[in-house]
Amino acid sequence: MAEMTASGETPEILFWVGCAGSFDDRAKKITRAITRILNHVGMKFAILGSEEGCTGEPAKRSGNEFLYQMQAMQNIMVMNGYGIQKIVTGCPHCFNTLKNEYPALGGNYEVIHHTQLVQQLIDAGKLKVDGGEFNGKKIVFHDPCYLGRGNNVYEAPREVIKSLDADLAEMKRSRVKGFCCGAGGAQMFKEAEHGDREVNVARTEEALEHNPDVIAVGCPFCNTMITDGVKHFNKEGQTKVLDVAELVADANKL
Amino acid sequence: MLASIIFLILLGGAVAFFTRNAKRIRRNIMIGRDITINDNKAERWRTMMKVALGQGKMVSRPVSGIMHILVYVGFILINIEVLEMLVDGIFGSHRAFSFMGVFYNFLIGFFEILALLTFVAVVVFWLRRNVIKLARFTKPELKGFPTIDANAILITEMVLMTALMLMNGADQTLQARGNAHYHTAGSFPISQFVAPLMSNWSDGALVFTERFTWWLHIVGILAFLNYLPYSKHLHIVLAFPNTWYSNLKPKGQFTTPDTVTDVVAPNFDPAYQLKYDPNAPMRFGAKDVMDLTWKNLMDAYSCTECGRCTSACPQNLTGKKLSPRKIMMDTRDRMEEVGKNMDANNGEFKDDGKSLLGDYITSEEVWACNTCNACVQECPVNIDPLAIIVEMRRYLVMEQSAAPAELTGMFTNIENNSAPWQFSPSERASWVNQ
Repeated sequence: MAEMTASGETPEILFWVGCAGSFDDRAKKITRAITRILNHVGMKFAILGSEEGCTGEPAKRSGNEFLYQMQAMQNIMVMNGYGIQKIVTGCPHCFNTLKNEYPALGGNYEVIHHTQLVQQLIDAGKLKVDGGEFNGKKIVFHDPCYLGRGNNVYEAPREVIKSLDADLAEMKRSRVKGFCCGAGGAQMFKEAEHGDREVNVARTEEALEHNPDVIAVGCPFCNTMITDGVKHFNKEGQTKVLDVAELVADANKL
Repeated sequence: MLASIIFLILLGGAVAFFTRNAKRIRRNIMIGRDITINDNKAERWRTMMKVALGQGKMVSRPVSGIMHILVYVGFILINIEVLEMLVDGIFGSHRAFSFMGVFYNFLIGFFEILALLTFVAVVVFWLRRNVIKLARFTKPELKGFPTIDANAILITEMVLMTALMLMNGADQTLQARGNAHYHTAGSFPISQFVAPLMSNWSDGALVFTERFTWWLHIVGILAFLNYLPYSKHLHIVLAFPNTWYSNLKPKGQFTTPDTVTDVVAPNFDPAYQLKYDPNAPMRFGAKDVMDLTWKNLMDAYSCTECGRCTSACPQNLTGKKLSPRKIMMDTRDRMEEVGKNMDANNGEFKDDGKSLLGDYITSEEVWACNTCNACVQECPVNIDPLAIIVEMRRYLVMEQSAAPAELTGMFTNIENNSAPWQFSPSERASWVNQ
C-alpha cells in the first residue's frame, strides 16, 4: 500500500491478509490462491504488509477489550490515513471485526469476504471458471460461524462451489445450523476444557459421513481444525481440506 | 349471588397478586444496567410478530414446533371462552355469549377441537420428558425444581382441558334434559363422546359436575396465572417484549464498551472527549447481575428452559460443562436472590458475599465457549446467552487478569508482535516471495 501511495496509485481494493494468512504455512497457500485469482482478473489490489496488525479479534472474543481497541485504533489510523474504502479479507474473523466492529471506533469500510468477491467476479463474467480437477467430485462445505450465522453469508461459497460443476453435499448441520469447527472464541489458542471429545473431531466425523473428496472451508482456522480432524480419522489419503479460493485457483490453474 | 361474590373476590385477589409479582419481576429486571433500545421500531414490531406471535423459530424442529403451536393457539383462543366464564362468574349467567347463535356454536365446537389437540400435544410433551427422556431434558441443570416445574405445567394443562370436556359433557346432558338453567347452546364435537358416560346420572350429579369443573377450570386458570412469576412458564408473557427488544445487529458483532474506549482512545486522539468521569469507580465486564444490562436479565426471565440452545452448543455436545441454558437459569436464579435481598433491606442490595460469576457460573464454563452463536440462533424467543458469557470473560480478563495461561500468551504476542503468534511484524509479507 505504501508503495502504491508513493507512486500516486489507488488500489481498487485492499486485501486484508490477516495473521493466519501471513504467518501460518498452510494459510499462506490460501493467501496465494486469493492473489492468483485477483491477478488473473486484473484487479488492482494492495496489501498493508508490515503496516497490517492483528485486528484484535481473538483478544476481543477472549474479553480483552483493551487490547482489541488498541489494535483496532492502530489499524484504523493506518487505513484512514490511506483513505481505504473497500476491503476483502481471507478470514471470516477479520471480515466480521472489520465490517461490524470497526465502525464503532471510526473505521468505516465496505468489507467483503473472499468467497463473496469470487462469486461477484464470476457473476460479473470477469472470472470464467471451469471445474477442472474438481468436476463431479464430491465436496462438502463447512460453514464458518462468523461468515454464516455471524453475518448471514451462506450462499456465496456454495455458489462458487457449484460453478465448479462439483457434487455439493450438505452436512446434517449446515447453514444456520452449522456446527463450529472448535476454533472460534479464541479456542484456537488454548486447550479445550475437560470433556468427552474435541469439537473438531465431532465436526470432521460429520463431514466424513459423506465420504467427500474435498471438505471445503472459507476460514484458515476451520482449515486447521478440520485438517487435524481428517488426520485423526486417518483419511488424508481420501479427503482433502481446501479453501474455496484454492478450489477456484487450482481448478483453473490460475 | 353468593357464588358471584366469591368469584369476584377470587378474581380480584388473583389480579392483585399477579400485579404485585409482575412489579417484582420488573424491579428485578431493572437491577441490570440501563441501556436504550428503541431504534428501528418497525423492524422490532416485525420481529415480535414473526418470532413471538408467529412462532417463527419454533418449526425449525418440526415435532416440538408443531406441537407447541397447537398448545399456543389453543391457549390463546380458548381464552375467548375464559372471557365468557368471567362474565358468567360475575353475573351468574350461563353461557352469556350464546346470543351469537350459530357463530357461538361454531366457536365452542372449534374450542373443543383445539382443547383435544392441546391435550394430545401436552401428553406428547410429557412423554418426551418422562418416558423418551430426550437428551436436552435430562441435563444436570434440570435436576430438581426445573423438572417438577415442567411437569406441573403439563399436568395442569391436562387437568384444565379434561375439566373443559367434563363440563361440556355435563352441560349438554342437562341441555338435552331441558333443565331450565341450561338453555340449548354450543356444539360439542368432542365432548359428545363424554356425554353418554353421564346419561344415567341424576340431574343433581350433573349440575354438581358442571359447576365443579367450571370452577376448577376458572380457578385453575387464575392459579396458573399466578404460578407464572415463579416458573419458567413466564415465557408466555415475556416472549413478546423480549423479541421486541431483540438484537437486530449481525450476530457476529460484539458490543464495543465505551468505558474501555475512554481509556484507550486518548492515546490515539488527544482531542478525544471522555464520556465518563475518570475518577468514578468503574467495572469492566460483568461479575454479577447488576453488571449485566436489563436486556440480559429480561432474557433470563424469558427462558423456558427448552434447551434448544444447549442441544446445539458444540462444547456441550462434546461433553464440556458449558450449557447456554444453565447460563440463563443461573442468571435468573441469582437475580431472584438479589431481588429477595433488596426486599429484605428496604430496596437496597446488601452485599451477601456472593456473585453470579463464581457462585453460580464457573470460569470453566465461561472459557469453554466458541462464540459460535449456535445458542443465539436456536433460541425461539431470541435470548442471547453469548452476550452474558462475553461480559464475564471481560470481567475475568480486565478486572481479574484471570485468563487461561495460553490466552495470556496470545495477548502478549498481539501486544509485542501484532499477531497472536510469535512472528515478527516485518515478516508479515514474506509469503509474497515464498
